[in-house]
Parts: sequence; C-alpha cells; structure tokens
Amino acid sequence: MSAAEERPAAPRDWASIAQKVGTPIASVVLAILIGSLIMWISGYDPVAAFAALYQGAFGTPKAFGDTLLKSTPLILAGLGLAYGFRANLFNIGAEGQLFMGGLAAAWLGLMLAGQPWFVSLPLLILAAMLAGAAWAFIPAILKARIGAHEVITTMMFTYIARYLVSWLVVGPLKSPGQIPQTGLLPVESQLPRIQSLFSEATLQAMPFLKLGRAHTGIFVALIAAVIVWLVLKYTTLGYENRAVGYNPFAAETGGISVQWTTVKALCISGALAGLAGAVEVMGVHHRLFDQFSSGFGFTGIAVALLAKNHPIAVVPAALLFGALSAGGGTMQLMADVPQKIILIVQALVIFFVAAEGIITYFIKQRQKEVTSHAG
Amino acid sequence: MPLLELREITKAFPGVLANDRVSMRLERGEIVALLGENGAGKSTLMNVAYGLLTADSGEIRVDDQPVKIKSPRQAIDLGIGMVHQHFMLVEPLTVTENIVLGREPGRYGIIDFATARQRVREISERYGLKVDPDAKIMDLSVGMQQRVEILKALYQGARVLILDEPTAVLTPQEVTELFRVVRSLVDEGLSAVFITHKLEEVVAIADRILVMRDGAVVGETTPGDTDEIGLARMMVGRDVVLRIEKGASTCGEAVLTVADVHVLDDRSLEAVKGISFSVCGGEILAIAGVDGNGQRELVESIVGLRRPSSGTITLKDKDITRANARASIEAGVSHIPEDRHRRGLVLEFDLAENIILGDHRTPPAAKNGIMHPKAIAELARKRIADYDIRTPSEHVHADNLSGGNQQKVVVAREIGRDPDLLVAAQPTRGLDVGAIEFVHKQIIRERDAGKAVLLVSLELEEVLSLADRILVIYEGQIVKEFVDADADAETLGYYMTGGGGSKFASDGSNVQAIETPPTGGNE
Ligand SMILES: Nc1ncnc2c1ncn2[C@@H]1O[C@H](COP(=O)(O)OP(=O)(O)OP(=O)(O)O)[C@@H](O)[C@H]1O
Ligand SMILES: [Mg+2]
Repeated sequence: MSAAEERPAAPRDWASIAQKVGTPIASVVLAILIGSLIMWISGYDPVAAFAALYQGAFGTPKAFGDTLLKSTPLILAGLGLAYGFRANLFNIGAEGQLFMGGLAAAWLGLMLAGQPWFVSLPLLILAAMLAGAAWAFIPAILKARIGAHEVITTMMFTYIARYLVSWLVVGPLKSPGQIPQTGLLPVESQLPRIQSLFSEATLQAMPFLKLGRAHTGIFVALIAAVIVWLVLKYTTLGYENRAVGYNPFAAETGGISVQWTTVKALCISGALAGLAGAVEVMGVHHRLFDQFSSGFGFTGIAVALLAKNHPIAVVPAALLFGALSAGGGTMQLMADVPQKIILIVQALVIFFVAAEGIITYFIKQRQKEVTSHAG
Repeated sequence: MPLLELREITKAFPGVLANDRVSMRLERGEIVALLGENGAGKSTLMNVAYGLLTADSGEIRVDDQPVKIKSPRQAIDLGIGMVHQHFMLVEPLTVTENIVLGREPGRYGIIDFATARQRVREISERYGLKVDPDAKIMDLSVGMQQRVEILKALYQGARVLILDEPTAVLTPQEVTELFRVVRSLVDEGLSAVFITHKLEEVVAIADRILVMRDGAVVGETTPGDTDEIGLARMMVGRDVVLRIEKGASTCGEAVLTVADVHVLDDRSLEAVKGISFSVCGGEILAIAGVDGNGQRELVESIVGLRRPSSGTITLKDKDITRANARASIEAGVSHIPEDRHRRGLVLEFDLAENIILGDHRTPPAAKNGIMHPKAIAELARKRIADYDIRTPSEHVHADNLSGGNQQKVVVAREIGRDPDLLVAAQPTRGLDVGAIEFVHKQIIRERDAGKAVLLVSLELEEVLSLADRILVIYEGQIVKEFVDADADAETLGYYMTGGGGSKFASDGSNVQAIETPPTGGNE
C-alpha cells in the first residue's frame, strides 16, 4: 500500500544508537582534550599525566582493583539517580540516603554479630535499602502531596543524615578509643575482597585476579544494574515510571497515578543510594565514620548524566569516574600534576554532557531536528 | 518568476521515503494548497523549505537563485516564514515581546520597546491582524495566538508564509477570519502555502492545489477544475464518502448519566454550571459548543481527570463521580483527548508502548507486573493494520509519526479497547478524509454494537453527520437540545454563540421544544 510497507523496516536504526553513544563519548574526549590544554597552559605535561593516570587506574591488576573499588558505589548511586531521572525526578540528595544506608548496614552488622554470613549479608543489604528508601520517602510524600521540590527537600535531608551520622559516631555508636567511628563489623557482615575468594595457587597461576582491595560489592552493583534495566524495560512499574517522566499528563490520562509513581520512584532511587552506602561500609571500611563516602551520591549525578540514564550504561560511566579517582593519586605522584586537575576533568565531562547541544553541534554541523510535528 | 521553488526534493527517514523527488513552485501573490493523506509527506516538504529538515537531495530556489536553507534562521532571512500547528510562543511574555524575540530593535542589548510596539502595531494594522500588543500570550485564545505567529513571521519580513494545518484548532469563525487575513496578505504581494485536510477550505482559499501521496506529487489542479469529491479521489485514490450514512439509533438502557454536575476549571472558576444529561447504549450524543464553554472540564470530570465540585456521574449503575482515570478506564470508559500531544501520547514512547497506555497492567500487555513485549508488539501490529496507521514498524517513536498517524494511534487504542462508553473529543483532528471516513464508521459501529458515545467536537460537520442527539453548551450550561434531523449548521451556530440566551432548564423536561432562531434556521 504505502511506500513505507515495501521497504524493510529498519530494525533499530543504528544511526540513532550511534548518536546516543557518540555524544557521551565525545563529551569525554573533549573533556580530556581541554583538560590537557589546561595542564599544558599550567606548565604540566598532559601526555605524561594521562599516561600516569592510566597506569594508576588500569596499569596493574591492583590498580584496576582500585578502579573497581571506587566504581562500585558510583554504579549504585548512578543507578539510583538514573531511575529517578527516568521519572523526571532529580534526587540530588542521594548522598543523604547513601549515609542512611551505610548507617543501617553498620548498625545491623554490629547487632548481628555471631550470625552466619548467609543470614547477615542479605539482611544488611535489605536494611540499607529500606533505610535509603525511608530517607527518600518523606521528600517523596512532600513532592506528591504539596509539590515541594525534591531538589530542595532531598538536599535538606542530606544534611540531616550527615549530621546524624557524625553525632552517632562520636556518641551512641562510638567504639572505645580516640577515633570517632563505630567498631569493626564482624567478618560475616563484611563483603569479602575478590582475591580472597581464590586460593593462593590460583592467584599465582592467574595474577590478573590479584585485584587488591576490590571487593565483591561490585557484583552486587552489576546485578543491580541488570535488575534496574529489566525493571525499566519489562515491568509495569518501569513503564509507568518512564511514562510519568516523559509526559505526566498523558500518563495521568492513561490511568497512571503521577503522585504514587513519584513516591515509588524516589523511594527506589533512595534504596539504590542506600545500597551504595552499604557496600562502601561492608566492602571497604568495615565500619562507619563520618567521612566514609567521598561524595559518591553527588558523583552519581554525573554518572547518570553521562550514562543518559540508561542502567547498563551506568556501569561504564561509573568505571570512568572510578578510574579518574583511582588514577588521580598516581598522576600526582608520577607526573607531579595536582590531583585537583582531575576534578577539572570531571567537571568538564559533566559540562559537556549537560551541554549536549554543543556536542551535537560538534558531531554534525547541522541543526538538531527539532521538528515538532505540525499536523 | 517563482518566488519559491523546490526541485526534486528527496528526504528519507529510517524505513520511509517521506519525499521522493518532489517539486513545487510558488508564484508571487499565490496561495498553493498542499493536500494529501496522513503521512504523505506534506509537513516534511515544508520543514525542508523552512530549514527544520535538510533534504537528502534536491534544490531550493528563491527568486530563481539556488539557496541552501539549513536552519529556520536562514529561511527567515530569505523571507520564508512558517506557522506550525503547535505554536512556539513564550507563554508568559507579551505579544510584542514574542514578536520581536530574536530581532529586538535597539542597541547595546537594550530593547527599544516603544519602537517595537510601534512596528508591531503598523504591521497589524496594515494586514488587518488586530491584536493587543501588550496582552500576555497565555491569556489569548488559540486563534489569537495563531495571529501572533503570523504577525511574527511578517515582522521578520516573510514573503512566503507556510501554514501547516492552521485551521485544525480553530473555530469556524476563526477560520473565516484567518482566510480574510491570508487573502489580504496575498493582495499585498505575499504568497502562502496552506496545508489542510479540509477540502472545503482548499476549494475556498487556494489558487492552485497540489496533491501528494506516498511522498510524491500525484496531481495538480485548481478549485475551478474540481470539487471536494474529486479532490478526495485524487488524494486517496478511491471514492470517499464525505458524509456517512447511518441507520436509526436504538436507544438501550442509560450508560452514562450526568446529574447536575458543577466543575471548576484550573483557575477555580466554575466552568460547568449544573449540567444534566444521559447517554444511552446505542446512541451518539454530541456536545457542540465554541471552545472554552466548559466542554473540556465536563469531559475531564467524566473520564476521571477532574473531580466535579458537586453533582453525580453514573456509568450504568456505578457511581463514578469520584473515580480517578484508572478506575474510569477499568469501569469501561475510553477517552480520546482533544490534544494528542498533551494528553493522548507519550511522544518519547514507541508506537507499541503508546498502544497499550491505559491497558498496560492487564493481559495481553502484562500480567502480575511483568510486561509481554511480544504480545504488545502483536497487538500494535494488529492496530496498525486495522486502523491503517502509516509507519515502517511498531517500534517507531510516536514523535516520528506524521500528525494524522499520531491521532490514529490514539483513536485505535481507545476504540480498540471496546469500551462501554467512548468519550471522543475532536476524534478526527488532523485526519485526512479517508481516515475520517474510517473513524466515523468505527464510531458508528460502536454505537450499533450498543455502546454509548459522547462526542465533543468543534467541527459542525462532524457533529451533524454523526450525532443522534446534540446538546449545545454555552457558558457552562446546556442551552439547547436537538434530536438528529432537527439541526443544521446555522441553527447550531446560532445557539453555540449564545443566541438562545444562557438559560435553559437542564432537567430534560422541555428538551424536545425547539425554538426557531430568527434567521435562516430552516430551509
Ligand atoms: N523525524 C522523523 N523521523 C522519522 N520519520 C519521520 C519523521 N518525520 C516524518 N517521518 C515520516 O515521514 C512520513 C511523512 O510524514 P509527514 O509528517 O511529512 O506527513 P504529512 O503529510 O504531514 O501527514 P499528516 O497529514 O498526518 O500530518 C511519515 O511516514 C512519517 O512517519
Ligand atoms: Mg503533517
């Protein structure tokens, strides 16, 4: 009948996929180039610097382990942010939920001393997710009921969470001694290091498994990424989340409760952030203290942005930021470039991802097709 | 010498050849109507001329000089202006601010508003486009906003005005006004391209008519050489029934009963002031009225999007006064919203995802919260075939469908659900004549299957050809009731504009009484 039907239908048109992937990659490349320029102007050798950075992030199994270590909470926080963004919610306070997750895991871990690992690990993870969700619940209700913007409320709740943790680690939860921190979690409540899963002989035979401090939390993060992806793609929960994010009026007309979907989305986002806090406590520090997160909740925003809110893409995006942070130290040591330069590169990545229009302009020198269909 | 000429324009999208070596020319002082089925490629062609899309091949000539138009900016510089069906105005700004936006007079970044206002006034007087230069866009009616768009194009120096389905959202009075304006522009030496699906408009306004089908021009004619029937045949390639024949309605039990309903609008003013009526199974009841007389709020209260402040709404024996949209869908109500972009579709979703909106929790789309992509795709393909939706596949984003095909998606979803009550607001907005015929047949089939249909339309033709009974709404009240054959366009128009006064008992006792309007009511 129509010309369209005689032509083979384009399965998933590759051009648009290439564009989707191309923009973030171009952002990263541009950020690195401009970062190099800044280094060069400041009198440093960018080639040596990035070589050192690479070395520090991927050069040895141990270095790669450090990258994985840093990426783990970033994947989870990034997933939380991405899930929220898909409902058009900006959970800028993921850091607060992350703190509550870490707190829940540490507290319950200490309580559950003596329990076998297959009891305590799942319980800790569950508790951390519930704590994160609970911390997001009040902002969520405020948003749904009276329209209070989540950017303000979740941020305020972040302050509360941080001060709460600061107080607990000098007060009620403080372990004996000088340092404001909780006691060490029992081994059964710790996420083991990856290399500890293998025998000495295996590690000798396969040295790439000597991943240093990298812990099994990375598997939790990867599984979470797959689950979030499946939820968004194959469940009514995810469908409603996306519908509300794209067009709340059409969603409402289709019988989807925008308010209830908002509450669910922010709580799920909080649960993922809480999980990020838990793996950091259970896998890295094995205890709680007030600096246990180096702003993973905030970097998670950049991760989600770079991944364009695609849960699977969150993994490489988090790896990038993890690598920048893991390699930064080596860069300072070997190339004598201040580690702060890394922050500039990170900021540039965020800038270019956010300023997508500019990138699109660089990729193709033609105007973006903003055809809103008239008629 | 043609003012604008398009030569052999070709534009392909993934899976679709939207324009296949299309040529057209536009002389000075000429109005060319572009006619064609939904998805024929009309908007694409005009978007190429306006620089919103870049052609894969072909040439554009202005004043007989080859030009490259890569952005609307360049098009404007060449004197080409376009008014989209979805306006691109900044709501909180005033008319003047919107018109001069991007081309503000003044120096050093300081806008000379006195000059701006003066120039806007000059243009508006010259072409008879009256509008208050200091009004805020959000306070203007759709017709007025369109006028601002036209003024903006003229202010920017347009010599060619492209109007993509300008009349789809206008009332008949506004259409008449628009035609007057376009004619006066043409008298001043401007030219216009006019896209529309309404054949009588084409005949009324065009100097020359170009008919497109499947991305190519299939014919050219003038209003003198053909009529609406001939145009329809050229477009669709077969004979089209412009006014559907239907049998008498057999009124069953009452499906929808609305009793003394009052509804507030977004500004908390009473928009519906005590309306009562009922629709029975096997009946099409139309609500006719000028836009903004409460029909939107009435519809929203029936489909669960807005709570009435008082009164009751009953579906069969169920009280749905306080039902939300979900409960309303589950109770058997379907709703074709008047604005497909705002309420009808999630443009970022693909066609299949849009086809299940509202049915996305229940089989076949999903069970126990898990979606079934295969079953969804299958359903989508069935709807595509049944409703003749022109698309390369069910995975095309709704955004990338032509306007009329987007509308077909909404119609297919809502009628395809097989509801007890179909609430259809502007169901054929943007559809071509063939598709209108089809949708009208579907609506009548629903009726004949004993379903109730509530039709809300600004199109008098549509109301007259479909309705078994017509209620005229004016200022939030029902001012008149017509039973089928009693109505004609003029009488309807008389009551729609308040001719009958705003008092009319809505208790249904005197509904049969038909007052005779003063002029030309009956032939
Ligand atoms: N941005 C796009 N991406 C992919 N396909 C598109 C895009 N724009 C248009 N198309 C396709 O090109 C064809 C022509 O569309 P166009 O909008 O020009 O039709 P039209 O004649 O304006 O139809 P209507 O009367 O329904 O508005 C359609 O099949 C449509 O699906
Ligand atoms: Mg169109």
